[in-house]
Amino acid sequence: MSYVIDRRLNGKNKSTVNRQRFLRRYRSHIKKAVEEAVTRRSITDMEHGEQISIPGRDTDEPVFHHGRGGRQHGVHPGNKEFTSGDRIQRPPSGGAGRGQGSASNQGEGMDDFVFQITQDEFLDFMFEDLALPNLIKRHLTGADSFKTVRAGISSEGNPSRINIVRTLRSANARRIALTHGKRKRLSQLEEELARLQREEPDNLQAIRLLQDDISRLRMRIEAVPFLDTFDLKYNLLIKHPVPTSKAVMFCLMDVSGSMTQATKDMAKRFFILLYLFLKRNYERIDVVFIRHHTSAKEVDEEEFFYSRETGGTIVSSALKLMHEVIVERYPANEWNLYGAQASDGDNWNDDSPICRDLLVNQIMPHMQYFTYVEITPREHQALWHAYEEVQESFPDYFAQQQIESAADIYPVFRELFKRRVEA
Amino acid sequence: MKKRKPISTSSEWTFELIGDYDRELARIAAGYGLETYPNQIEIISAEQMMDAYAAVGMPIGYSHWSFGKHFLATEKGYKRGHMGLAYEIVINSDPCIAYLMEENTLCMQALVIAHACYGHNSFFKGNYLFRTWTDASSIIDYLVFAKNYIRLCEERHGIDAVEELLDSCHALMNHGVDRYKRPYPISAEEERLRQQEREEAVQQQVNDLWRTIPRASDKSGNKKEPRFPAEPQENLLYFIEKHAPLLEPWQREVVRIVRKISQYFYPQRQTQVMNEGWACFWHYTLINDLYDQGLVTDGFMLEFLQYHSAVIAQPGFDSPYYSGINPYALGFAMFRDIRRICEAPTDEDRYWFPDIAGSDWLSTLKFAMKSFKDESFILQYLSPKLMREFKLFAILDDDQQRELHVTAIHDDDGFRALRQTLAGQYNLGNREPNIQVWNVDRRGDRSLTLRHTQHERKPLADSASEVLKHIHRLWGFDVHLEIMQGDQRVSSVHMPPKPPAPSEEDEQTRMDLIIPPI
Repeated sequence: MSYVIDRRLNGKNKSTVNRQRFLRRYRSHIKKAVEEAVTRRSITDMEHGEQISIPGRDTDEPVFHHGRGGRQHGVHPGNKEFTSGDRIQRPPSGGAGRGQGSASNQGEGMDDFVFQITQDEFLDFMFEDLALPNLIKRHLTGADSFKTVRAGISSEGNPSRINIVRTLRSANARRIALTHGKRKRLSQLEEELARLQREEPDNLQAIRLLQDDISRLRMRIEAVPFLDTFDLKYNLLIKHPVPTSKAVMFCLMDVSGSMTQATKDMAKRFFILLYLFLKRNYERIDVVFIRHHTSAKEVDEEEFFYSRETGGTIVSSALKLMHEVIVERYPANEWNLYGAQASDGDNWNDDSPICRDLLVNQIMPHMQYFTYVEITPREHQALWHAYEEVQESFPDYFAQQQIESAADIYPVFRELFKRRVEA
Repeated sequence: MKKRKPISTSSEWTFELIGDYDRELARIAAGYGLETYPNQIEIISAEQMMDAYAAVGMPIGYSHWSFGKHFLATEKGYKRGHMGLAYEIVINSDPCIAYLMEENTLCMQALVIAHACYGHNSFFKGNYLFRTWTDASSIIDYLVFAKNYIRLCEERHGIDAVEELLDSCHALMNHGVDRYKRPYPISAEEERLRQQEREEAVQQQVNDLWRTIPRASDKSGNKKEPRFPAEPQENLLYFIEKHAPLLEPWQREVVRIVRKISQYFYPQRQTQVMNEGWACFWHYTLINDLYDQGLVTDGFMLEFLQYHSAVIAQPGFDSPYYSGINPYALGFAMFRDIRRICEAPTDEDRYWFPDIAGSDWLSTLKFAMKSFKDESFILQYLSPKLMREFKLFAILDDDQQRELHVTAIHDDDGFRALRQTLAGQYNLGNREPNIQVWNVDRRGDRSLTLRHTQHERKPLADSASEVLKHIHRLWGFDVHLEIMQGDQRVSSVHMPPKPPAPSEEDEQTRMDLIIPPI
């Protein structure tokens, strides 16, 4: 007696819990590996999973078992030349011919427990303990996403949504209402008929008249339809707009002659980290690229990162443009605004105070968060000092950090978005 | 010649065809009088097979990181093509659950049904170890109970606390079985009913054991207390469950769950050669009968023989693929050999096996399947002919000698020694270190003393100190492990580690030494 069951449609991820338990247990190892990977990887491949390797001894599950030594007997197949009493040289490193091959000659293969984490897990570990510093604004756009909710009963609708109980109830009510008088009359006639048949069974004419009336009434009662179109009731579903959160990220970069390609690469990595991070927090993200030298221009991504310009540097031009874009396209009551500025710190001498004023008076009041990274191994420049004043005015919304080499990007990023303990 | 009417000619399986093959195989198996539990054949995908792998053969398992580790390792190996997955997994339960992978061809599915649903299944039902130690009808219920109980514990006491406890229990899993006493059949229903009761009762006993009411002052301090436990105990988990002083009732229950599951797998660990050999023998016999009755095509048969010969391949010791004796190969060869001895005995067979030479092969085979485990099976039935075929030879590796010693080969002088050595390899008692609870210092520091009695001077591997940490966690007080050679104590390990200050015993041994210190 056998049963054949198709289990293929059952959940296949029975091990998910155990897998998560494993990741949880070795979180510190994985985190370290992820941090190394972030600094090592090229920009475009930030969104892949990662191979993690953990020293084998850390994942061991120890049990009592015999080690090497003592008198070990073993029986092996495939004898070709041995006869009993032979003495054989020990094979080097005790590999072949011995039952316990735990000491592998493949070196690390046995030492490390290597496995793969998915992209999501990779990002989870990458952004662990990071938080967006300021609350997210949610806004009803009225166009984006809806949730359908039940909203009572309607008399119009789609046949698949008929509410049978309500429909039959209303049909029943209608039938009762439309036949009430007739049924009353019918019962009177039936009583009369019964009386006639009992008391005057000979009055055949009266009886027949009565019987005719009764059958006519019955017909009229039956003519009332069991179900009429206006009995039909439907479950009503209406769409509720769902508040969505959306963010716009402004990438501001100096492309003047002093910025080398290496510096721009670092800036790009920083922007990408920020983008990935925002993407995890918001359903919708717009990115605006603004580059500037002496004048600012909104460009597409390709041009932003790879075209070169020469000339001086006026940072305020970019800030002005950013403000214009905000006013024009991204009203601050609907959008969460983030700004990230990267520069090597060079600026036209008189311009830094202008930048400060622009930020303090026009931009910062609307911003969710604004970060400035100065990519330079040198002393801080005038812009940095100007921004220090901005930071004083908006300590929760503004942060700046210095990046010296590619290895600093991730730590600096973590520093900027470190989860803060609420006071 | 009878006209062939094959069940199928394509290699794609369908549910109808699987049903057809199963019916035919069941018919032939019934002809041989194989007794089986009802079969529950489940078709699963490769991912699900990896899940089943990770759960180490339990259809329902509690959550633990180590299963996740197995899963990750399997997944990695499979996705990179380093290893294939098993074609089937079969669970010793009633009904007997067999997992078939959807990737298998029809031929493979038929092979797997013959192998698992009639081979393994009848072994589970017939072999004395399984009959004595496991209860196929209640295991699924018990696993469900275990899973739910451990989940409840996690909710109540936190994942970390439960995980630590399970880690420690897993470390002792192989030392958590009763080897001689038959355990009660476990039933989830009773388990639930009695669990509360047991928790209270056990705790009370433990408290009684540790009661420290001052006794009438014993002036003569040298009066020896009776040792506790009076007899050494080999079931470490059982001892901890019953006597560890600091465990909470729920922790005792978790220890018990691990112990029960370990006990459930104990027969499987002792009958690998027999179990696989028996299953291979029957898939070979049943499929050949299908062929003889014209129910499968030549192509099917060739495919089958290719799988079959891959499964029972035995590379020689000097082959790069050698990893010990293949239990499938040895078991299959032995069952085939027993049949040969019954059907066409030679003079040699008559000399070595006077009881079975020329007897009815089917009943002899069934008797062998029912009444032995690997060790005794080999000792009883390994024939000189097979030893010659396998070209077996025995090696002694003594760390006190510079060279390896070939102690026996497949010749007249060596057969008995060879057979004995090979049987010894399958003796769990030799394979696993013999560690027993020796003493509990009840009136003193409550320390637990274990004794490892060395077998052939084989030392414990380095992991022993890690395992001691786990025992220390369960016991809650100091743990000592004494290494014994015969009655001689050669060394000891302590947890927490003792500073190398000379202990009392060391002083005594030093006095025995007559050599003056330099």
